[in-house]
Amino acid sequence: MIGQHLEISVLAILILTLSALGIAFTPLSFLLMVILPYAAFVIFIGGFIYRVVKWAKAPVPFRITTTCGQQSSLPWIKSAPLESPSTVWGVIGRMALEVFLFRSLFRNTDVAIVGQRPVYGSAKWLWFFGLLFHWSMLVIVLRHLRFFIEPIAPWIKGLSAIDGFFEIGVPTLYLSDLTVLAGLTFLFLRRMAVPRLRYISLVTDYFALLLLLGIVTTGLLMKHFFPADLLHVKNLALGWVTFAPAAPKGVGTVFYIHLSFVFTLFVWFPFSKLMHMGGIFLSPTRNLANDNRMKRHLNPWNAPVKVHTYEEYEDEFREKMKLAGLPLEKE
Amino acid sequence: MKLYNRGMVIAGIVVFLIVATFPLWYGRGKAVPPPDLKLDTPAIQGLKEKLCVETAPYMRANHMKLLTVWRDDVVRKGKRTYTAMDGRVHQISLTGTCLGCHSNKKQFCDRCHDYSGAKPACWSCHIIPEEVR
Repeated sequence: MIGQHLEISVLAILILTLSALGIAFTPLSFLLMVILPYAAFVIFIGGFIYRVVKWAKAPVPFRITTTCGQQSSLPWIKSAPLESPSTVWGVIGRMALEVFLFRSLFRNTDVAIVGQRPVYGSAKWLWFFGLLFHWSMLVIVLRHLRFFIEPIAPWIKGLSAIDGFFEIGVPTLYLSDLTVLAGLTFLFLRRMAVPRLRYISLVTDYFALLLLLGIVTTGLLMKHFFPADLLHVKNLALGWVTFAPAAPKGVGTVFYIHLSFVFTLFVWFPFSKLMHMGGIFLSPTRNLANDNRMKRHLNPWNAPVKVHTYEEYEDEFREKMKLAGLPLEKE
Repeated sequence: MKLYNRGMVIAGIVVFLIVATFPLWYGRGKAVPPPDLKLDTPAIQGLKEKLCVETAPYMRANHMKLLTVWRDDVVRKGKRTYTAMDGRVHQISLTGTCLGCHSNKKQFCDRCHDYSGAKPACWSCHIIPEEVR
């Protein structure tokens, strides 16, 4: 059913929003505030470990070499130690480039037909907005720690101060809130506007983006338009981490929607494409050194083969070979 | 089923667990009492009806927006009175009206702001009464 993926995702978000609204005005809010946080967290942690262990059980017998740079060979041939590493440190460097700067996405190219001829060029927009979104998301998650620890660690205050450096409006507009919105909007519009991408986009692609957009939007609404009572919010969050949760009254409806989205994200995360957060570290094309010519890698499930080497052959027939006048390696 | 690269995979999972549970172990599970706001200044005790400019729940969530409106009204429009939802008229003044009652910034404003990590810019222009005296 091509073309209905977007509709289904929007519908899922609407159902989530409406059920959050329904919960907000009933005693069920106890469930959302006290039981669901723990359930969601346990599913997130458990699911994350389950996925990683499942990946780690798949054998990767051979080094998967991607031709991103000259591999290390003869000393007078210049090699690319980060693009085609042959050592552990090289692999760590390549992984750091990948995790922090999205190195392979930087290689993204686009093709266009110019005068009946395909022309390839670099396409950095996806890399730029992808990086913008991920770093903003990290800053936002770290800033949220102010609700979970008391007293607030100085580095969290410092981060918030830098993020709100320009002191635009009251309460201060955080730059990461703007950039996360810009990143997500680009990633979403990209799937909408490019026909080829729209063709391959599935429910899970749209849902991930819409859910994150929902979280960001409700967060911004709570900060700038329908202020949530931060005293209650922090009491609740501290209640969770000290295992003495208490459902507060009158924190505002938007807060319920925000929480429902966040818990949905936590539960869905390990079983979705978002698991690339853990998966990136287990990518064989990124985490295996290109040392096929330096070391012999044995396939772990090779059946034991009985071999008869030339040395053994010579030992067995040495006398006969000598008599026949055949050349021998060992006399 | 064998776990390949057991050492690296387990190390990775341990790092993930430590980072993901940061809020749980950072405070060592100690319960933190919510901030205790002191509403016992002489000015408040002298009030017949203990009521802020607007209702307390509204003020808790919206005081910063109200203060922004007040600032714009005074500085940009020259309007110096504010009519509350219940019809009472207040003089628009942080030092006179707000701090007239809440003269204990350290036991009132700061308690919540420190707790929720909100750092208002009020005091980069306005004076703090306690510090002047």
